[in-house]
Amino acid sequence: MSVETTTRAKLRWGLLDVIVVVFALIPVLWIASLSFKTPATLADGKFWPREWTLDNYRTIFDTSQFVRALVNSIGIALIATLIAVVLGAMAAYAISRLDFPGKKLLVGVSLLIAMFPQVSLVSPLFEIERQLGLFDTWPGLILPYITFALPLAIYTLSAFFKQIPWDLEKAAKMDGATQGQAFRRVIAPLAAPGLFTTAILVFIFCWNDFLFAITLTSTERARTVPVALSFFTGESQFEDPTGAICAAAVVITIPIILFVLFFQRRIVSGLTSGAVKG
Amino acid sequence: MADIVLDKVSKRFPDGTTAVQDVDLEIADGEFVILVGPSGCGKSTTLNMIAGLEDISSGELRIGGQRVNDKAPRDRDIAMVFQSYALYPNMTVRENMAFPLRLAKLDKAEIDRKVDEAAKVLELTALLDRKPANLSGGQRQRVAMGRAIVRQPKAFLMDEPLSNLDAKLRVQMRTVVSKLQKQLGTTTVYVTHDQTEAMTLGDRVVIMRGGAVQQVGPPQELYDHPRNLFVAGFIGSPSMNFLHAAVQDGTLHTALGDVPIGDRVRRELEGADAPRELILGIRPEHFEDAELIDDDTRRRGLEFDAPVDIVESMGSDKYVYFTVEGERASAAELEELAADAGADFSGGGATLVTRLSAESPVREGENRRVWFNLEKIHLFDPSSGRNLTLREGRSAGALGD
Repeated sequence: MSVETTTRAKLRWGLLDVIVVVFALIPVLWIASLSFKTPATLADGKFWPREWTLDNYRTIFDTSQFVRALVNSIGIALIATLIAVVLGAMAAYAISRLDFPGKKLLVGVSLLIAMFPQVSLVSPLFEIERQLGLFDTWPGLILPYITFALPLAIYTLSAFFKQIPWDLEKAAKMDGATQGQAFRRVIAPLAAPGLFTTAILVFIFCWNDFLFAITLTSTERARTVPVALSFFTGESQFEDPTGAICAAAVVITIPIILFVLFFQRRIVSGLTSGAVKG
Repeated sequence: MADIVLDKVSKRFPDGTTAVQDVDLEIADGEFVILVGPSGCGKSTTLNMIAGLEDISSGELRIGGQRVNDKAPRDRDIAMVFQSYALYPNMTVRENMAFPLRLAKLDKAEIDRKVDEAAKVLELTALLDRKPANLSGGQRQRVAMGRAIVRQPKAFLMDEPLSNLDAKLRVQMRTVVSKLQKQLGTTTVYVTHDQTEAMTLGDRVVIMRGGAVQQVGPPQELYDHPRNLFVAGFIGSPSMNFLHAAVQDGTLHTALGDVPIGDRVRRELEGADAPRELILGIRPEHFEDAELIDDDTRRRGLEFDAPVDIVESMGSDKYVYFTVEGERASAAELEELAADAGADFSGGGATLVTRLSAESPVREGENRRVWFNLEKIHLFDPSSGRNLTLREGRSAGALGD
């Protein structure tokens, strides 16, 4: 009887999972489907394309606009992620390990930044960046991305650092390690799942941002993909760019899927097991 | 190898609490010293100060004649074994043991040789390629020891290294630790809260309470000649019996009858501010079934009758618990010891634990006549805790003069 119940429970859960996945993926599949349709059949309302074409993909890669935006996006997101994770790791390590005056304030302020509505900062940032000459440059986007990604990074990372037994660090010091060696050779390898998780989250945030990217850029120099998409027009004003936009949308999800898959392999739990007893 | 000297070492935390107060201790080269005391007595803080993991607030710490107060742990050349073992989980046993050597930048062949050697001593050779997660508690403990001995440091510090093991393994590892220390002859400071470990392992034992050293000496000396109530109650298992004793006309009125006192103790009690009440301490093994002793022995002690509560036969002897009438002994030290043992429960009257010969026909529920040795009695001042029966560090019992 119990076997039956578990099979039935499994079926029920399985069905539920399928519903959720289908619900989440249908818009994505729709976009993918649209990207393969010819302009003539674009609005036929069929889920499955009647005529398959790769024209839309050819179009977007033919325009230097999109390729350039892709390069911008990848570069800006990677650099911002790297810096945010490194700075966040150092800050989180200090927060989880040291007792310094103003620690609570620091955590509180970083939370405040995360809670602040970004849209209210857009105009001041625009003014500041124009004055500083950062407008429409890579650093002009990297800097605000780091600012808003850091609280997230600090939060996730300090949770991971807190799980690492302090005794390990003491042991490393007794074994003759400097503070830096203890961090690099003992603590950081154990915090790796946390570093990768944070990296994924920060990368997704930077990759998907539209608000800063559209406000703080004006040309191809620093325009990222989400913005470039919105500037897509057809070859002529009579041409509908829907197919090309869909193709671009499909293309820009690929790097992020690769990025997540690559790092997800490294997110394994139980790295610290066996370090200490009890 | 080196000696370790603590010269009035104190530790005060920023919140104002004093964890360790003016500890003076000279640990000779190659000596095995145990720091023991109830939780919160400052023993681990003291160890951490020697290790360099805690700053020293005042006083001086010298290792091998050199002041090391301001030196980082890595410059003190001492190894430490942690209660939690603190093995690096991302490294194999070999890498764990090699870690201090790699940091010391030894060449590869030298590292391998030393690790293999240490692994052989600790019987870890078959486990060298495993990760700590795949080791049993006892094996992890041995790896932690291996990591400490592999670089031949000036001294070993051990912070309750056996307390996470189960009882049987703990006894086994105790002899391993003891043998290893003798074999290597390295100065060792060992922290524990277990008085059995303290008694069996160390050349000398340091008993701490509330951040201050109570008594330092070889285990047997602490057992036979405790300087105060705290030491007397802490060392020994089952622990010493304490009874309330009222001083009147040169005798002590106790629940076990009137105990005569010798000239020296009497002189102590004659002063104007002398205590009118004392605490009488007798160890369980200084009782005996009155039927089983000869006349010569009988003259050296006193006898009393009491109802038997519980008999625990250990095979070699019997632990017999009696309830005796009269007030319970009370003193701050005793309460602290009871709290540390987790004994916040106390029935009415005073319970007496005795260790009688296995031949004694004692049965639960009956009244039994029991003899106790007057020469082995300790008398304590309840307010200061001082042992009044000690003279020049020796105890002579109540009758001593």
